[in-house]
Amino acid sequence: MSGRVLVGVKRVIDYAVKIRVKPDNSSVVTDGVKHSMNPFCEIAVEEAVKLKEKKLIKEVVAVSCGPQQAQETIRTALAMGADRGIHVQVAGKDYESMGPLQVSKIMAALAKKEDAQLVILGKQAIDDDCNQTGQMTAALLDWPQGTFASEVALEGDKIKVVREIDGGLETIRINTPAVITADLRLNTPRYATLPNIMKAKKKKIANMKPEDLGVDLTSRLEVLRVDEPPQREAGVKVETVEDLVGKLKDAGRV
Amino acid sequence: MLHGLISSRRVVSHWHCLQQCRNVASITTVKSGALDDVISAFRSICGEDYVSLSDAVREQHGKDESMHRCRPPNVVVFPHCVEEVSALAKLCYSHNLPIIPFGTGTGLEGGVGAVKGGVCFSLRNMDQVLDLHQEDFDVTVEPGVTRKALNAYLRETGLWFPVDPGADASLCGMAATSASGTNAVRYGTMRENVLNLEVVMADGTVIHTAGKGRRPRKTSAGYNLTNLFVGSEGTLGIITKTTLRLYGVPEAMVSAVCSFPSVQAAVDSTVQILQAGVPIARIEFLDDVMIDACNRFSSLSYPVTPTLFLEFHGSEKSLEEQVSTTEEITQSNGGADFKWATDTEERNRLWKARHDAWYAALALQPGCKAYATDVCVPLSRLPQIIVETKEDLIQNKLTGPIAGHVGDGNFHCLVVLDPNDQEEQHRVHLFTERLARRALAMDGTCTGEHGVGLGKRALLCEEMGPMAIQVMQGLKDTLDPKNLMNPGKILLPAEL
Repeated sequence: MSGRVLVGVKRVIDYAVKIRVKPDNSSVVTDGVKHSMNPFCEIAVEEAVKLKEKKLIKEVVAVSCGPQQAQETIRTALAMGADRGIHVQVAGKDYESMGPLQVSKIMAALAKKEDAQLVILGKQAIDDDCNQTGQMTAALLDWPQGTFASEVALEGDKIKVVREIDGGLETIRINTPAVITADLRLNTPRYATLPNIMKAKKKKIANMKPEDLGVDLTSRLEVLRVDEPPQREAGVKVETVEDLVGKLKDAGRV
Repeated sequence: MLHGLISSRRVVSHWHCLQQCRNVASITTVKSGALDDVISAFRSICGEDYVSLSDAVREQHGKDESMHRCRPPNVVVFPHCVEEVSALAKLCYSHNLPIIPFGTGTGLEGGVGAVKGGVCFSLRNMDQVLDLHQEDFDVTVEPGVTRKALNAYLRETGLWFPVDPGADASLCGMAATSASGTNAVRYGTMRENVLNLEVVMADGTVIHTAGKGRRPRKTSAGYNLTNLFVGSEGTLGIITKTTLRLYGVPEAMVSAVCSFPSVQAAVDSTVQILQAGVPIARIEFLDDVMIDACNRFSSLSYPVTPTLFLEFHGSEKSLEEQVSTTEEITQSNGGADFKWATDTEERNRLWKARHDAWYAALALQPGCKAYATDVCVPLSRLPQIIVETKEDLIQNKLTGPIAGHVGDGNFHCLVVLDPNDQEEQHRVHLFTERLARRALAMDGTCTGEHGVGLGKRALLCEEMGPMAIQVMQGLKDTLDPKNLMNPGKILLPAEL
């Protein structure tokens, strides 16, 4: 086994920011808004770095698809302990229409090119909430997948994954190479420290384009409109149960 | 105020202290009719939806996390920027309305109670982190930014703001109360970490205490206005921005726990650790009653005896040295069961007892509330004051587990009490006054971290003495001649 782990990291609007929709309802405002690494991607990086610290794998490669600013997100992964980065340059209209299908094609191509033993991704991004990239990547590679992982244990050439599901926890054992997606309780990501941020500046980030990987970015989706959730209206207080029933009937609810 | 147990000598000096206070025009409690014209002016400044007269909102803004009863303001306003704050303040000034700044309402001394009614300025909508300068280790924040929100914002920069009082408090509110946390022994309190403030005065004037936009790491320029406002608890102006000193996130951390045969042994160890030059980050003391409560609450099995919880920050190499020096010192003082951990989950497990202390104290008597005392004395006096305090608790049949930031000589007695038992509340009140006076007699202070607020104004007079109080009153009269800024806090009114 190569001992190499690929981790996908996505640059998204920071979770603490109040999102605003553009006046033309085409998308959300991103200019001048704080961005950071997707929280589930942080958990994915942390898991990969932990595996390396336990000497179960040899190298962690952080991958991000996007414009120039994606390099900042890769640098954060390097500061957390990733060894090197790959920046797949996607900008402009291509970037706006890029979604899980395009990213999973890129990740699958890179997994083959880098002879990865494991691909770890966050379970979903907090901007689109798609929860598809990991699953699509596994399908394109015809690899097993351990999604919504809250525990990962390498056992020789197999991996035990405890998954968070509606009914509780499900434990599966899958062959490697495999794709894993990280859920919230998998670990607590470390903070980048200043000395590690300085060291990360010296680590290498390779640049490439989707064409170099033979990937076609054409999207099959078109976003028609983006709207804010409807404003919450004030409630109405009533004096008696009869009033309540009357109002419910008026509103056609009863 | 209870004069019963105060010696006649103290009554006389208290009287002198009050006589020295200049007469300030007293503001009578606001009558509701007087507000109507002003309310519509408020609305035109900050927007229709950002002025509230509803009972629920006013009650929310009339209390904090202390046991002081709710004292709601007449109206709550929610400005969005310093220009709105200034315009609102100007209006309040011309109508003689009290102004009460409100951050997160997590104070512990009743500081936000509107004792004379008035206008509560809830600053939570001013919630931007402005001007981060990573290489200069400084950042400026608005009042709606809490300490945890700032550290989450900073997480990718390798920087953090270490002052960590129990609550997730507003940083500007922490500046207003001169807050402190568990790692003051290494990183200092708000006093040492505020570089500049933007303050709106009672008449709407906006000042920058160190000059607009300035953030040198040190200065000797003029009167230290920044530290005048730090700890002023909203009585001198409304803090609308604070510039803070940041630190590098520690490379690595080690946590440790050690039990001692006596309070003296634990404190001796603390002093020696500091003397040995160990840059210890946290050193927390829990007494036997507290440890017992924690054992029960968290199903732990620590020996029921005075215990120190320690935390070390630094590089991997320096941590080894820090831990081994500390272990030697604790052993030489009779310390036992020295356990330490580096892994995050292990460290959290070791410190769980300390983290859950408040809840463990409450769980001793379900249905009860707890009041935290807050005295601070020179380190050498700590064993004596803790021993005397524990005797006092036993004699007066009170339950008061003790947890303390022993590296600063500061400890909290978490006195558990039944909110419906008047007699017990009275006994607790007398106990806290005795404790404060015990600390004052040992060259200490009646409030290490929580501030003066409503409940410690008389004690402040005793602590400072009439001359210093006179100077404080003089500053208050100069900066707020109409006594509109959070009336009734810190300084006693002249007419008492």
